[in-house]
Amino acid sequence: MRDVAIVSVAQSEHRRAVPELNEVEMVQPIIQGVLEQIGAGISEIDFTCSGSSDYLAGQAFSFVMTLDAVGAWPPIAESHVEMDGAWALYEAWLKIQAGHADTALVYGYSKASPGDLPRVLSRQLDPYYYGPLWPDSVALAGLQARSMLDAGAITEAEMAEIAHRSRTAAESNPHAQLKGSPPVEELLGAPYVSDPLRRHDCAPITDGAVAVVLAAGDRAREWSQRPAWIRGIDHRVDSHNFGARDITRAPSAGLAARRAGLGDGPVQVAELCAPFTHQEKILRNELGLGDEVVVNPSGGALSANPVMGAGLIRLGEVANRISAGEFDRGVAHATSGHLLQQNLITVLEGDS
Amino acid sequence: MAESPDAGEILRAPLTIGYDFQRTTGPVIGAFFTALAERRMLGIRDTGGRVVCPPVEYDPESGEPLTDMVEVGTEGTVRSWSWVSRVREGQPLATPHALALIQLDGADTSMLHVIDAADPSEVSTGARVRVRWAPESVDGFGNLVCFELAEGKG
Amino acid sequence: MGSGPTFAQDADRSVSAMPEGLWGQPEVNVPDGGGTEQVRRVTVPATMVYDYTPGAAPTRFLRGLQEGRILGERAEGGTDVYVPSRGMDPVLGRATTESVEVGPKATITTFCVVHIGFGENAPPPPFVSALILPDGAAVSLYGTVLGIDHTEVRIGMRVRPVWKDPAERTTSFENITHWEPIDEPDVSAEELKGHM
Repeated sequence: MRDVAIVSVAQSEHRRAVPELNEVEMVQPIIQGVLEQIGAGISEIDFTCSGSSDYLAGQAFSFVMTLDAVGAWPPIAESHVEMDGAWALYEAWLKIQAGHADTALVYGYSKASPGDLPRVLSRQLDPYYYGPLWPDSVALAGLQARSMLDAGAITEAEMAEIAHRSRTAAESNPHAQLKGSPPVEELLGAPYVSDPLRRHDCAPITDGAVAVVLAAGDRAREWSQRPAWIRGIDHRVDSHNFGARDITRAPSAGLAARRAGLGDGPVQVAELCAPFTHQEKILRNELGLGDEVVVNPSGGALSANPVMGAGLIRLGEVANRISAGEFDRGVAHATSGHLLQQNLITVLEGDS
Repeated sequence: MAESPDAGEILRAPLTIGYDFQRTTGPVIGAFFTALAERRMLGIRDTGGRVVCPPVEYDPESGEPLTDMVEVGTEGTVRSWSWVSRVREGQPLATPHALALIQLDGADTSMLHVIDAADPSEVSTGARVRVRWAPESVDGFGNLVCFELAEGKG
Repeated sequence: MGSGPTFAQDADRSVSAMPEGLWGQPEVNVPDGGGTEQVRRVTVPATMVYDYTPGAAPTRFLRGLQEGRILGERAEGGTDVYVPSRGMDPVLGRATTESVEVGPKATITTFCVVHIGFGENAPPPPFVSALILPDGAAVSLYGTVLGIDHTEVRIGMRVRPVWKDPAERTTSFENITHWEPIDEPDVSAEELKGHM
């Protein structure tokens, strides 16, 4: 295994809508920023990989357009995934492991504001049995929350506490879209948007972007005082047929965590990509995180949720805290699909 | 220098992207849709003996091909639900309703569909529901309009 | 509200049988029903509506078209003028910030003769569809060439845009209805290098 680290992270100041910019105009300052932080030019990047979806902004070949921000002519080695940028990072990590690259630029972005995101996301579903019903993503998440409430696996008060804690933490995150929260009692007095979910239980709709640079070995040490080494990374999937599985759990997240070696040592910080409050509880259980672990100090996806970027942001947030010396070992989680269907776990460590 | 238009001056236009995807059903999903036209519901028996409804081609655990389709009930039990207060284009009902996971009698898994109810207080986990068929036979999935509440508790 | 998917039987095209061995799914046992013809294919509409915004640079380009001008853009420190700019110099990976008017005279860099009808917005076939390099620009625009027999169109030919009347112009690329030849010598292939 080659030692590969996250050495630079940049993200936008996330907003509900960025109508004045197209996707490449929104992404370019982030890509420029992530390279400038390490004093590198694109010629020093061996491989570029992005995560995005054309369906979000209704922009055909969106990812080809955003490559203009990378200086992609003459042609560079690049790839793209129609998933969260965390999976793009996984592909880049494999490329480096295979010896085809020593450095990689990875980015993910979403301009979801032109469309009706909860409806657009229904196109991720099985096209025969689920897709024709056009179920919106919030109502689908409501099924999962209801199953947990019915099973006694969570309470509405716990859900409100997760929302309150996340958005309070986001007050110190300059990139966060939603900062601060009314007290839990006030949250619980709010009406349902999709019973049993209240507005505070749901991530916001976000336009935003994130980029990171990966580097192997000595190059990582050259670019970062304290690289955040990727010690384990794995992704797994649960059945899309959620009528046939226990949706109060996400076994794929637990399996990915074990395969990534999460249990090989104590973990101090976790960034979990939970776009709905109840999903944080599922992930804590699957990953076996105790109360001593600091969870989502950035505010998590509940404070800014650029689809296709929110998972890569989790990696960046853990890496930044390790590089800053705040923590030595952390775990980042990313998800794709509905109801925590697909889960990617990365264990990051700093040199002691 | 090029002046940057602010958000108010930026151009906007409605953009509609639509495709009428034609999807081949294969023998299992095709049989399910065919049965709907006959006002019947079908599941399929997996290798562990569970009845999966709606039917799938391969065993969810082992990946073995499945071939034994069985008829299940047109009534069932609500296993989970949420309330759709803002109805979106394309959804089966035009008024607020429940999205639900419904386990049909004789099935071991749940299907996703909607329940016609006036208010969330009418819906509960464990409630009994039955299929509302389209008044006239139409092709496939369109025969299943929605579910409606029935007497009793599952 | 939608009525769910509609179902096409074999009216418009036949469903071909997969070769033996390629279609791995075995026959299934189905309980007897009413003898309805087996559904083989479903039509599943997927339509989404967006409030599309083109971004800052394309907005500048489209507003220029409304004034009858073709506006390209150049990045700071760059030499190439992109038209229309989507906001970036793709070689430098930097934002284009300097507005540069290009054309209106232009050169055909490549073309094809279209013999298939493309609906009400396209000219009647055969017609010439071309990439057109406005003077001063690094990249070509797409357009149709009319006012000349398609057999006489050639690479390097000089053309100019034909605009809608000012009163009819909007912030649309359709303000240029087509391009027509002008009486100037052809541009040599050598001079078009790098712009093809």
